[in-house]
Amino acid sequence: MKKVLLMGNPNVGKSVVFSRLTGVHVIASNYPGTTVEFTEGSLNVNKEKTKLIDVPGTYTLEPTCTAEKIATEMIEEGDLIINVLDASRLERNLLLTLQLLEKKKPMLVVLNMWDETKHKGIKIDIKKLEEELGVPVIPTTAVTGEGIKKLVSNLEKAKIPKRKKTSTNEKWQKIGEIIKKVQKITKRDHTLKEKIRDLSIKPLFGIPLAVIVLFLVFLVIRFVGEGLIGFVFEPLFENIWTPLMLKLSTFLGGKGFIHDVLIGELYDGRIAYVESLGLLTTGLFVPIAMVLPYVFAFYLSLSFLEDVGYLPRLAVLCDNFMHKVGLHGCSIIPMFLGLGCNVPGALATRILETKRERFIAMTLMSIAVPCMAQTAMIIGLIGNAGITGLAFVFGTLFIVWIILGLIFNKFLKGESPEIFTEIPPYRMPYMRALFKKVWIRIKWFIKEAVPYVLLGVLFVNILYSLGIIQFLGKISAPVITGILGLPEAAVGSLIVGFLRKDVAIGMLLPLGLTLPQLIVASVVLAMYFPCVATFSVMLKELGIKDMIKSAGIMIFSAFFVGGTLNVLLNAIL
Amino acid sequence: MENQDELIPLSELISGQKGEVENILGGTGVIGRLNALGVRPGKKIKKISGAFSRGPLVFEIDKTQIAIGHGIAQKILIKTQK
Repeated sequence: MKKVLLMGNPNVGKSVVFSRLTGVHVIASNYPGTTVEFTEGSLNVNKEKTKLIDVPGTYTLEPTCTAEKIATEMIEEGDLIINVLDASRLERNLLLTLQLLEKKKPMLVVLNMWDETKHKGIKIDIKKLEEELGVPVIPTTAVTGEGIKKLVSNLEKAKIPKRKKTSTNEKWQKIGEIIKKVQKITKRDHTLKEKIRDLSIKPLFGIPLAVIVLFLVFLVIRFVGEGLIGFVFEPLFENIWTPLMLKLSTFLGGKGFIHDVLIGELYDGRIAYVESLGLLTTGLFVPIAMVLPYVFAFYLSLSFLEDVGYLPRLAVLCDNFMHKVGLHGCSIIPMFLGLGCNVPGALATRILETKRERFIAMTLMSIAVPCMAQTAMIIGLIGNAGITGLAFVFGTLFIVWIILGLIFNKFLKGESPEIFTEIPPYRMPYMRALFKKVWIRIKWFIKEAVPYVLLGVLFVNILYSLGIIQFLGKISAPVITGILGLPEAAVGSLIVGFLRKDVAIGMLLPLGLTLPQLIVASVVLAMYFPCVATFSVMLKELGIKDMIKSAGIMIFSAFFVGGTLNVLLNAIL
Repeated sequence: MENQDELIPLSELISGQKGEVENILGGTGVIGRLNALGVRPGKKIKKISGAFSRGPLVFEIDKTQIAIGHGIAQKILIKTQK
């Protein structure tokens, strides 16, 4: 099958063009580096089925980070290149265009964000630009779909231009000539909107604003998450699912292995959704009624911040602070994504330039950035006991994040480069695109999480009935009870934590733990090892040697912090 | 002595001050990356903001805002009016 590559600078809208052409919806946001791996879809060119590949953005063909390296390596495989440009930044975008034109592949040029040229008083002569480049040029506004039909019908007109190789300096000279011929800019005054925009990045005004924004995000997540659970999902389960489950329980005779696996243990003849540990009870209730509402609320907020273009500004504002832990401001983006799920978070570290930064970012994330599934369960488990428990859990993780970061920065070899990023303009999110993005993420969560939760629940049942958990509890008692102060049975939770952290935290409920024990268990579960999905991504990204190093740090710091907390909390609480 | 140009690194510009890129010092890697983002000799540039204690700074060139670290900013020489 022929391969068509979508290439261009970061944040020009390649992913939106991709979604429009293939109908395959991929995550698109308003910051450079949203796409860090290539995505494939298919479309018809000349009635022939063709593979379309959404390539990570790159400014030049000389890569500076993993995401850009992936992009440049893709070129050889392509049969046709669609070069997407931000029409409102024509000059700068043309460098990559001229570099691509020398690759001797059929090519066409898409001037995306055409609508923005009008607002900015930029006029581009398409005909002349076509003459200069020697390939078809099509203006589009991909978010609204404008120009996409024309792009499709012009795909077969892509050509290999005749060009001799030139140096970068000669290219800039050529670009200067092209711009003079094809582009006219009418001057405008600085608008009020622009003044506010600039204010939000100045520390004096921007940092307080960032605090307010993050606090609002927190409120929205809590409000939406709690609301969905209290008013939608819990009533749904109680009123519709519970009667069905009770009938099934009676039908199965109220006990036996199959009953235990499907329904789990009944408490006073009632279904206890968290404790029962049945596939159809806990296995569905935990991911759907406890975790999903918070995941939805989180991604709603995150997607909004992404599309507005706030994240790169946050990156600049916290750059100084991030340097203390051996990272630069841009690593706030993977951390933020990690709060939703560590898997996309770990992948997003590809926007960082060095191996050292990626090791620090991934290790810190996997130790001290709990994913939303974990957070939701911790809130569900400890939240009813008041804010103290939650403050201790998340406060501890935050302090661990900082201290470990300081240690890494001091002792890990190598340097961390300075921040170097484009700051996209603020944009009003297109609500349809935003909800579509939230939907993609929710779908992904359901597809990834539910099977693992079910597997985890099944696994626990088998381990319990074979007596393995009881056995492991006995031999690990010196650590679990001696150091962490937890009952032997908590070992079951640590075992399931390798699969899914949310189920693992749910398993703490029937143990009847005290508040200090709950805090210690939650912190240790967050820190000691990543879940299997995150582990496999980290292994791939870090390589086996660094993964072992990272895992050693995780295990040691988890038990060190857990043990310390155990002593400390029992003294003060 | 009016209208006399002076040459200072971007890091020394005050927020809101405008100038023209005169030269970029440093290795080809840094220069290449800056060039690709539109920072080239002869370009009009405006500093938007800077952070305290050698933190990052933000400038605008060709209507695009770019954030860079203090170290890189020291290597970009700006021609500006006194």
